[in-house]
Amino acid sequence: MKLTLKIWRQKNAASKGSMQTYPIDGIDGDMSFLEMLDVLNTELIEKGEEPVVFDHDCREGICGACSLQINGEPHGPDRLVTTCQLHMRKFNDGDTIVIEPFRAKAFPVIKDLMVDRSAFDRIQQAGGYISVNTSGNTIDANAIPIEKEDADEAFNAATCIGCGACVAACKNASAMLFTSAKVSQYALLPQGRVEATRRVLNMVEQMDKEGFGNCTNTGACEVECPKGISLENIARMNREYLSASLKG
Amino acid sequence: MGINSSSIARKVAMALSGLFLVFFLAQHFTINFTSVIAPDTFNSWSHFMGTNGVVQGILQPVLIFGVVFHFVMGFILELKNRNARAVKYASYKGGANSSWASRNMIISGLVILAFLGLHFYDFWIPEIIHKYIESHPEDPTRYYAETVHKFESPVRTGLYVLSFVLLIFHLWHGFSSAFQSVGFNNKYSKALKMFTKAFAIVIPVGFIFIALYHHFNQIPH
Repeated sequence: MKLTLKIWRQKNAASKGSMQTYPIDGIDGDMSFLEMLDVLNTELIEKGEEPVVFDHDCREGICGACSLQINGEPHGPDRLVTTCQLHMRKFNDGDTIVIEPFRAKAFPVIKDLMVDRSAFDRIQQAGGYISVNTSGNTIDANAIPIEKEDADEAFNAATCIGCGACVAACKNASAMLFTSAKVSQYALLPQGRVEATRRVLNMVEQMDKEGFGNCTNTGACEVECPKGISLENIARMNREYLSASLKG
Repeated sequence: MGINSSSIARKVAMALSGLFLVFFLAQHFTINFTSVIAPDTFNSWSHFMGTNGVVQGILQPVLIFGVVFHFVMGFILELKNRNARAVKYASYKGGANSSWASRNMIISGLVILAFLGLHFYDFWIPEIIHKYIESHPEDPTRYYAETVHKFESPVRTGLYVLSFVLLIFHLWHGFSSAFQSVGFNNKYSKALKMFTKAFAIVIPVGFIFIALYHHFNQIPH
C-alpha cells in the first residue's frame, strides 16, 4: 500500500506546530496503525531525521495510552477499537491520512502527536476511589450481594480506559463521558455509595478546573469511545451531581 | 466552585429554560392553530391572553426572562466551549459521530433569535403601543384580521417559514437533549425521544402551515 501521511509536527509544548507531509510505501493491510508509524519512524531515523513522537504502551487496546486523531476521528474510522487495534486494511492504496494529536486546551501537546492527559489523573484523584482498610482485614467484595444489572452497568462503566477519545471527539472538548464513567462505576455499587456525595462534587469541580468544555449531548463521545461507554453514564452523573448539590 | 458555576448546573439551566420554552411553544401553536379552524375562538383566546392580568403581568415577564436567559446562557456556553479547544483540527469529521442539528445549535439558535426580533417587531411591539401607549379602546374582534394581514407579504412569510425550518433542527436535538441533561435516561427514554422528535417536526410544520394558509387566504382590505 502506498500512502501519503499528513502528520502534526511540534517540537515542544511552547513551540508552534504544523502539518508535515510524508509519503510512505510498502504498507501491509495486516499491519496495525502504530506499526505503520513504526515503519515511517525507521525510515526517518535512517535518513537522519527526527522520528514522530506518539503515545503507546500495551498495543492491545487495554492501557489507553495510544491516542491520535486519524482523518478527523479519534482512533480512526473503525468503531470500538483503539489506534493500536486499527488495521491498515481499513485504508486504501493511494489514500491520504491526516494524523493529529487529540486536541483540547486541557490536553496540551508535549511533542508531535503526544499530549499530556494528566488532567484525567487529577479528576480521578479528586474522588475516583473508595476508602477501605486494606491492612489485612479486607472484606471480600463478593460478600455484599449486588444485583446483576447494577454489577453489569458498573463493570461497563469501569471498562473506560481513560484514553481521552471522548474529549477529542467532542466539538466542545468536554470530559463528561470519562468523568461520568468514573463516577458511575462507584455510584452503582454499595461500596461506592458511602462517598458518593463528595465524590461527584469533587470530580466535577476538578473537571471544570481543568478547562474542559461543556457537554451539549451531541453523542459524539459515545460513538467514538473504543470501549462503548454509554451516554447513560452522563445522565447518571447529572442526577448524582444534582442530588449531591441539594444535600450540600 | 459551587453549583452556580459548574458545567452541570449550566447544562441543567439550559435544559430547564429550554423545556419551559417548549411548553410555551406548544401553547402558542394551539392558540395560533385556532386562527385556521375557528377565527372567533382565536379572537377570544387572543383577547384573553392580551388583557388578562396574570398573563400580562406575570407570565409575560417570566417568558421574556426565559427567552433572554436561554440565549444569553447559550452564548456563554458557546464561547466557553470554543475556548476549550484553542487549536482546531485540520481534519474534523463531526458528521461521522453526531447529527448536524446537535453540532450547530448556535446557528439554528441565532436564526430563531433573529426571527424573534422580527416577530416582536411584527406583533409584540405594535400590541404594546396599541394597548399601553396609544391606549386604544379594546376591540376583542381585531386579532384575527391583524394576524392574517401580517402574512400578506411573501418576504415576511418566507422568513417565517425559513425560521421554522431552523426551529425543527433546534428542537430535534434540544428537546430530547434537555431530558438527558436533567439526568433522565432510562427505559422510557426511547419512547420519550420518539415523542420529542415528533414534536420537533409537527409543531414547526404546523406553524409553517398557519403562515402559508394565511398568506394564500388573505381577507380583502
